[in-house]
Amino acid sequence: MTPRASKADFTKTPEFRLLIIAVLVFGLMSVLSPDRFLSAQNLTSMAFQFPEFAILALAMTITMMTGGIDLSVVGVANLSAVVAALILTQFSDPSMPAAQSAFWLSLAITAAMCIGAVAGVLNGALVAFFGLPPILATLGSGLVFTGFAIAMTGGSAVMGFPDAVAVIGNGQVWGIPVPLILFAALAVLLHLILTRTAFGLRVSMYGANPLAALYAAIDINRMLLKVYVIAGMFSSIAGLIIMSRANSAKADYGSSYLLLAVLIAVLGGVNPYGGYGRVIGVVLAVLSMQFLSSGLNMLQVSNFARELIWGVLLILVMVINTNALATLRASMTRSPR
Amino acid sequence: MSSDHDTAFIDLRAITKRYSGVTALDSVDFTVQPGEAVCLAGENGSGKSTLIKIISGVEPATAGTVSIAGQERPVLNPRISAAAGVMVIFQDFSLFPNLSVAENIAFATQLSKHKRFYKSAVTRDIARSALDRIGVEIDLDVRVETLPVAQKQIVAICRALAAKAQLIIMDEPTTALTEKEVRRLQGIIRMLKEEGVAVIFVSHKLAEVLEVSEKVVVLRNGKKVAEGPASEFDTQSLAHHMTGRDVPEVPPSDVEAGAETLMQVAGLTKAGSFSDISFELKAYEVLGITGLLGSGRTSVAKALFGLVAPDEGTITVDGQVTPTGDPQAASMARIGYVPEDRLTEGLFLSQSILHNVTIGRLDAHSRGGFLDMAGLVAEASDWLKRLKVKAPDVTAPVQSLSGGNQQRVALARWLSRAPRVLILNGPSVGVDVGSKADIHDIIRDLAGQGIGIIVISDDLPELLATCHRILVMRDGRIIDTLDGKSVTEDQLARRLAS
Repeated sequence: MTPRASKADFTKTPEFRLLIIAVLVFGLMSVLSPDRFLSAQNLTSMAFQFPEFAILALAMTITMMTGGIDLSVVGVANLSAVVAALILTQFSDPSMPAAQSAFWLSLAITAAMCIGAVAGVLNGALVAFFGLPPILATLGSGLVFTGFAIAMTGGSAVMGFPDAVAVIGNGQVWGIPVPLILFAALAVLLHLILTRTAFGLRVSMYGANPLAALYAAIDINRMLLKVYVIAGMFSSIAGLIIMSRANSAKADYGSSYLLLAVLIAVLGGVNPYGGYGRVIGVVLAVLSMQFLSSGLNMLQVSNFARELIWGVLLILVMVINTNALATLRASMTRSPR
Repeated sequence: MSSDHDTAFIDLRAITKRYSGVTALDSVDFTVQPGEAVCLAGENGSGKSTLIKIISGVEPATAGTVSIAGQERPVLNPRISAAAGVMVIFQDFSLFPNLSVAENIAFATQLSKHKRFYKSAVTRDIARSALDRIGVEIDLDVRVETLPVAQKQIVAICRALAAKAQLIIMDEPTTALTEKEVRRLQGIIRMLKEEGVAVIFVSHKLAEVLEVSEKVVVLRNGKKVAEGPASEFDTQSLAHHMTGRDVPEVPPSDVEAGAETLMQVAGLTKAGSFSDISFELKAYEVLGITGLLGSGRTSVAKALFGLVAPDEGTITVDGQVTPTGDPQAASMARIGYVPEDRLTEGLFLSQSILHNVTIGRLDAHSRGGFLDMAGLVAEASDWLKRLKVKAPDVTAPVQSLSGGNQQRVALARWLSRAPRVLILNGPSVGVDVGSKADIHDIIRDLAGQGIGIIVISDDLPELLATCHRILVMRDGRIIDTLDGKSVTEDQLARRLAS
């Protein structure tokens, strides 16, 4: 692998801090609720739960690395899922032979991914060619995608899929949950894209200094378009997992995932102003959040309180990461003189 | 002229400032008496801006003490400094272009009074009395953006006066002024001094303000190398102290007679910025473009690289017309552009040296979608070695390098793309004296390899040391073409400012 220098001082990286946090949260929850948190059942159920929002967090990560954000990830996920669900319910039924339903399933998956890509092109075009601030462009487009999904379904859940659909969200391969495999594959893919391709390096560089990227004659528009297409396609994969696990698709599933995805990306050390982010950090943040979330669940903390905790966490992490605090600390150590 | 105050208004003792390993100031003592005008001289990167930042409270000193108005200030920020009467007038004046003259002058004063409502009569009174103090007439109601540069400067001075300035620090006060305007500024400075207001001029071109100053302090590479009464200095001795060199750099060798024309620019025009810019650039040639601040030299440079879209005109490289207004097209035509402001436009500061050098070569090193990392590192290391960049580790962030090395990294980025035409805007801004001479060597060397080079600069010795021909711009037009070998610095300066 490439930079030997950075490996040597891994203990100084933000990712190491995250590793410690993940271990601490895991330890804390194990102590607070040893028989339930550490049970095999809970560990498996966690492995099924987190991939869907973790993949959304990966989508968030790549947009944040350009200094942007994608607030439409949940909208894209639901629209993709609804389109896939409509294809499945229209053209296939549970009594169909396996080969035939597999055909319709792959068609539905392809359609969902296309929706993700098209949504990404739209977001990317708004950001790159029209120069809209990503936060507003994707806030608006997210509402549009959700609106389409509502229009297609009348707001109710679409259900009644062939059995094959359940494999995506509930299946296991050699005892490993399929959603976990999907997440791992996407995480590795994104890591390779960001660190090993020309495109990935340009993403970091643009995020670090957009003006310098312009002066370095980088094709910024094409790069941004690709970034949002990747985010859109990742979101649609998350949407398919949600659909499979819920055995239905609805325009307003996973509404709490947006905040969670932003939180995980920021917690994972991705700089919301762009230029820095590592997939390993995001993965560790996902694990911490899942441990925290299951633990709180077992301690019977209400859902509202959980969202409150997430919100506080997000602000806290961002405050800790700002220079303001470092400056404050520096001035405190200077002041005794 | 000895001062009867026993305490200086500004008294810096043994000030040292380090930025991540770079020593910008090294144990510098510096005093200013009330009513005294001090020239703070030094080349770019000598530490004079850092000194100003410390006095005005923008940056804390790493070591040493700062006293303002007889009081030691262990904690200093811009607000404390301003309350003590230290006002800085930056090169761009930091005025509000959309507000009137009166509002600009009285703005800070009115805000600091914490009155809930804005009273236009009070504003006009404040502005009027400030203008009266220096005996200048400017229409109070005119919007500042419509004023010429010299008058904007006067507005900025009045704003400082209205805020009860005891010391006005002027950053490069004469770079954008014509000779006549400089004389008027000198008159205003004399009046300020009579009122007991001290002035610090920060500049690398001080001849114009030397005669209204009492004291000269020269910095070089962060150290104070000379200090004394202004009467003991002249342009030549200043230059000597600033550069530490007596021998002028060797001028460029001749362009070969049969050199082909690389770039032709015809009738390039952009309303409000520049008009009818036409010139040719040969291989092996270094062409200088100079002019005062606001003459349009930077806009032309940007237009050549597609960063500014001209209304009219063509750019031809190697006989092929290049689409204007598109940096990618320009870079395809093998034009390179090293911008003036390295920190915001040129470099990705937090990114590694490796990434900064190779950003334009990523596609060339892609193998089946993935990057050939070893190849990238090898290419970057090769360029760093050729340009003599002292960098222990290519994965270190580029911001850990000194100014001179940063500039070489910016150069390496374009050189690795094998440019035909290289545009260097302010090639030695913010680099130390030693690196500056090295960069000039690099420029001459590159030209010797057949690259056509355009140097945009207002640093006259730099132009004379590197350029075969020098285009002089004023008000967006080329007003003269001078031969770089026969013209003297004085002639060039006169052509620029007349």
